[in-house]
Amino acid sequence: MSAAGKATIPIQAAGGKSPAFEYLTTKKDELIGWARKFSLFPYPFVTACCAMEFMAVSSSPYDTDRFGAALPRFSPRQADLLMVVGTVTHKQAPILKTVYDQMCEPKWVMAFGVCATSGGFYQNYAAVAGIDKIIPVDIYVPGCPPRPEMVIDGIMKLQDMIGRSRHPILTKDF
Amino acid sequence: MAAGILDRVAEALAPDATSAGVAHGILVLTLPPEALLPVVRRLKSELGFDLFLDVTAVDWMPQAPRFEVVWHFYSTQHHVRVRLKTRVPEADPVVDSLLPLYGAASFMERECHDMYGIGFRGNADLRPVLLYEGFVGHPLRKDYPKEQEQPLVPYRS
Repeated sequence: MSAAGKATIPIQAAGGKSPAFEYLTTKKDELIGWARKFSLFPYPFVTACCAMEFMAVSSSPYDTDRFGAALPRFSPRQADLLMVVGTVTHKQAPILKTVYDQMCEPKWVMAFGVCATSGGFYQNYAAVAGIDKIIPVDIYVPGCPPRPEMVIDGIMKLQDMIGRSRHPILTKDF
Repeated sequence: MAAGILDRVAEALAPDATSAGVAHGILVLTLPPEALLPVVRRLKSELGFDLFLDVTAVDWMPQAPRFEVVWHFYSTQHHVRVRLKTRVPEADPVVDSLLPLYGAASFMERECHDMYGIGFRGNADLRPVLLYEGFVGHPLRKDYPKEQEQPLVPYRS
């Protein structure tokens, strides 16, 4: 890595002495962001009727594998995108908080559906009016339920965000 | 046939009830609270109402006996339903538990106790079932502020 913070990666040409494509210059953050944005491993925290739409998004007609976000991990340790799909009640909130705390950095959170976004029409004693009161949220996908296109749009916007953000090697946790 | 069995039930239980009538095909009996257990025992053993459907309550807040507790029973032989109602005051909202007659009463009475604060004499296990430990009040009572939250996780500031 040079002093300017740019990585220089030599790529071995197949034929030995080919002049083309021997070097590729990029920024460290862009490289890591590019890698991370295409390897989102979602953890589906599915609590309510939005699950039906989540199944539709996960199925082959919409093919979220195009975005590298197809393979759900059912362990928070292996996931880096927490998809909160559906209403979160006050009784459920400690579980959501525990799952979020168990995920390793870097991690992102998607609020899927209007209940996770703001509570929707559940403004009462039982429901948490938006999961961002408990955990930080990176992308909101409203709708009751959201169309699969909206979810894909949300994933793409999140990918843009990941691609553009800084990816420090050393974080506050080290 | 359905009308026949309802007539028979109404006739058999009319002495215990303060009023009886048919609403939407369901026989509705209004009882004093102390008549509940004998009536339900006869419903189950003599008249064939073997399925306990639900117990819930109605909060008629300004009225004098504030709560109305409502039970539903179904007969799997005759395919008819019976609804029992009784009124209990706010100061002592307690009725008899149906746990000795119907095991299904356990969770339904817990739910009714969660939401309305109705006590069930004879049901020792009235822990919260839909609510959580530490919840203060009964959210389906008319005087509970419906947007009053009692969060378990502290909110981010």
